[in-house]
Amino acid sequence: MWQGLYQELKDRNFIVIAIALDSCGADAVRQWIRATEPTPPPMLELMGWGERERAAAGAPAYPCLIDEKHLVAELYNIVNVPMAVWIDERGHIVRPAESAGACDAFRKLDLTDFSIPPAAAAQAKAARTSYFDAIRDWVVKGEKSAYALRDNEARGRVAGLSEQDARANTLFRLGQYLFAQGHREDALAYLAEARRLRPDSWAIARQSWEIEEAGKASGPDFWAAVQALGDRPYYPPAKL
Amino acid sequence: MSVTILYERGEYAAPDARVEGDDLWLGLDDLRAATGWELKPEGACLGERCVPIPHGRDAEFVRDGGRRFNLAALARLLGSPIARDNRYGVWAFGEPPAARNQALRSLAAPDFTLPDLDGRMHSLAEYRGMKRILMAWASW
Repeated sequence: MWQGLYQELKDRNFIVIAIALDSCGADAVRQWIRATEPTPPPMLELMGWGERERAAAGAPAYPCLIDEKHLVAELYNIVNVPMAVWIDERGHIVRPAESAGACDAFRKLDLTDFSIPPAAAAQAKAARTSYFDAIRDWVVKGEKSAYALRDNEARGRVAGLSEQDARANTLFRLGQYLFAQGHREDALAYLAEARRLRPDSWAIARQSWEIEEAGKASGPDFWAAVQALGDRPYYPPAKL
Repeated sequence: MSVTILYERGEYAAPDARVEGDDLWLGLDDLRAATGWELKPEGACLGERCVPIPHGRDAEFVRDGGRRFNLAALARLLGSPIARDNRYGVWAFGEPPAARNQALRSLAAPDFTLPDLDGRMHSLAEYRGMKRILMAWASW
């Protein structure tokens, strides 16, 4: 769906670089990048994709990279998906990692019949639209855009890493390595410990669930964890 | 015994590593190959950066007449987290959180190189001179 935005802005010295955080590599992501079947409309609605994006959709012409070790997540402190970082022409970060057009509307999904309340669909669409409009503004106006944060503001928004977070990342790395070597059971213990130490990283939690069992990342454990958030957000809204 | 070292981005098998309690003793060649760190008269050095061995603690870091170095002691000194699996002999060393936080707050976008679906490698730096959005997503 980002293809529409990329197509619109690509002649303005702009590129999207998609990073798939996927321990299972190319095989896990191929069907998403080169889709053979269209995404079901309710899913699109839940993610806030409007007619404009749907009409312009197509196979991505921008680079879609595969990050089996979650390297970029570590470098940029990305803890959920979709999250994005804005980088200017000089390699300077003008917006550190934040929710990329996603919002908590998905929590209003009725899990008995998968229906979406209209207010939730509208909220998802508004979050998506305002985020994409911010990107358009930045691409056109550059550093004069109100969305290109001044250094102090950008720095203030960087979520720091605690010692416990760093320890969780290291256990996650060890678990992923053992999983890649075929030592699945041993891997799971380290991944569970990583998840326990860093409960705010949905990337660690969901990836490790998915390693445990395909589909578990969006299964009952996931929904229970989302419910346990209570009033706290799953996607802290991007402060545009 | 052979130990696999996961140091920041790399993976390295050190066939002649010695594990003693919480310590990991490596020959200097293995140390350099696994981590980039070298033992020099001024201390442990990574490129231009040198960390002196703390006064009076030589035996904790260096032994066998300067032929072996304790990577675990260096990690502890630097604040780098360690996670290890004894069954398969794997030691993972993470980046010290203070270093990552400093790098994040510098607002300089760190470079990386990753493959696309066809195995072709791309780095962030290739797109220098353009406005770039790194968009993280996942199949799960």
